Amino acid sequence: MSATPYERVKLARDNNRPTGLDYIRNIFQGFIELHGDRRYADDPAIVGGIAWLNGNPVTVIAIEKGHTAKERAYRNFGAPHPEGYRKALRLMKQAEKFGRPIVCFIDTSGAYCGIGAEERGQGEAIAENLLEMSTLCVPILSILIGEGGSGGALALAVADQVWMLQNSVYSVISPEGCASILWKDSSKAESAAESLKLTAEDAKSLGVIERILTEKDIGKKDFYDRIRTLLHEEINHLSNDMDLINKRYARFRRFGADAVIQEYV
Amino acid sequence: MAFINFLKPKNQLEEGGRTAAPVQQDAGEPEKNCPNCHKDIPISRLWANDLVCPCGHHFRMKARQRIKILTDKDSFHELFAEIQPGNPINFPGYRDKAETARMASGEEEAVLCGTASIGSQNCCLFVMESSFMMGSMGSAVGEKITLLFEYATRRRMPVIGFTVSGGARMQEGLLSLMQMAKTSAAVKRHNDAGLFYLAVLTDPTTGGVTASFAMEADIIFAEPGATVGFAGARVIEQTTRKSLPARFQKSEFVLEHGFVDGIVPRSEQKSRLAELLKMHNGR
Repeated sequence: MSATPYERVKLARDNNRPTGLDYIRNIFQGFIELHGDRRYADDPAIVGGIAWLNGNPVTVIAIEKGHTAKERAYRNFGAPHPEGYRKALRLMKQAEKFGRPIVCFIDTSGAYCGIGAEERGQGEAIAENLLEMSTLCVPILSILIGEGGSGGALALAVADQVWMLQNSVYSVISPEGCASILWKDSSKAESAAESLKLTAEDAKSLGVIERILTEKDIGKKDFYDRIRTLLHEEINHLSNDMDLINKRYARFRRFGADAVIQEYV
Repeated sequence: MAFINFLKPKNQLEEGGRTAAPVQQDAGEPEKNCPNCHKDIPISRLWANDLVCPCGHHFRMKARQRIKILTDKDSFHELFAEIQPGNPINFPGYRDKAETARMASGEEEAVLCGTASIGSQNCCLFVMESSFMMGSMGSAVGEKITLLFEYATRRRMPVIGFTVSGGARMQEGLLSLMQMAKTSAAVKRHNDAGLFYLAVLTDPTTGGVTASFAMEADIIFAEPGATVGFAGARVIEQTTRKSLPARFQKSEFVLEHGFVDGIVPRSEQKSRLAELLKMHNGR
């Protein structure tokens, strides 16, 4: 009945899926975009700003792939540079200062693999986000809406809750990359997708995400209304949690702690 | 083996026929070709020089050997050695691969953790092992590093870390990715407690390790000529279809772009680390 993992990968990459900006425009009201990392440039692959969620201000950050060929080229196909991650962190710290919850929408094949990206510290930019997001004292909720490609996705997903669209994927490496490294054959991507356990159901059973969002009426009003209601409820809930940072620490602390064999214990 | 000796042609010296031995002192001694100066260097000479070629090229070094040259005699006490890799997503072939790595490296995982003193300065220490699946980070590596930072935070101790890694270990899927967030959160708690963390990046430090605890230290050094980066050079070439600049992602390049504090050759590491530990007053 359900699609194979590699079919899921293709669905997650489909150009006709709603992109980050579609979610921002349809879920929130009065979005004001804020540009730039204040250090080097503005990265169009990451969009961020402030908007209303049912009357409460929130900071919204999204990786944007674009729809048309021209848009997609401008957005670098949703592959952020270090300045994109630094812009996101700047806006998140701003959110912390003013007590605004943070909502992130993630859709990337991965952080950009380029000369400039390396020269400007792609690894350092992602590392800094992981480090700082772990102790931000406002609620963070991240939703994977398409591709969740490795560190480039995780850099916006050190959150109190992570949700995934039914046909989004979340993986440590692309199935093609995995197949070409392990079996020297990128055409074996299909079996790599199977082995990597990258579907929303896999992520849920590994405890990496809290919720799977169905794609009924995707892109229509009901779809966005449903997500808005869920976001509103969960953010209210998280905002009243006095132990947010410790719980976030524990959320990540447990990953793999039981997956290792402790022979002599 | 008298019988074999009997068959062997007699040594000319024993015959008294020649006065000078034509045999070279180290003929037949194994040599290693240096990828930098392309000379064949006798292994014994490399070992005597901590695996650094006379031209300055730093060969990769096993974690235990590094600990031996870096720490005060018998001061290293290993921690969390019982933690081994599992196969959390039943990835095909992973168990065999890990077993092969265990045999090849003589270690249980791609990182060694413990406490040690360096120039009489006490610290927590982790050293990654390249011969175990190229130092890749799975759940066990993430767990050991996290436990070490938690241990150091509780006891108010500084952490010294030597990194070498191809990145996250894909055979553990998403759980490997999560180790980046887990270790980072532990580094942050150590940092927020006002404690000192120094990382030395060795060849190669890439991928998910660069994008987490390698780049989160208060002071970051690199070994000369080490590859330090996020994406692999081949992937970048394929993605951008551009030829890469000279010495791209080498530690000198990374220093020039402002992402490491300095390049410290192996021979100077112990004294430099001891001095900095001292300057941070044992924290």
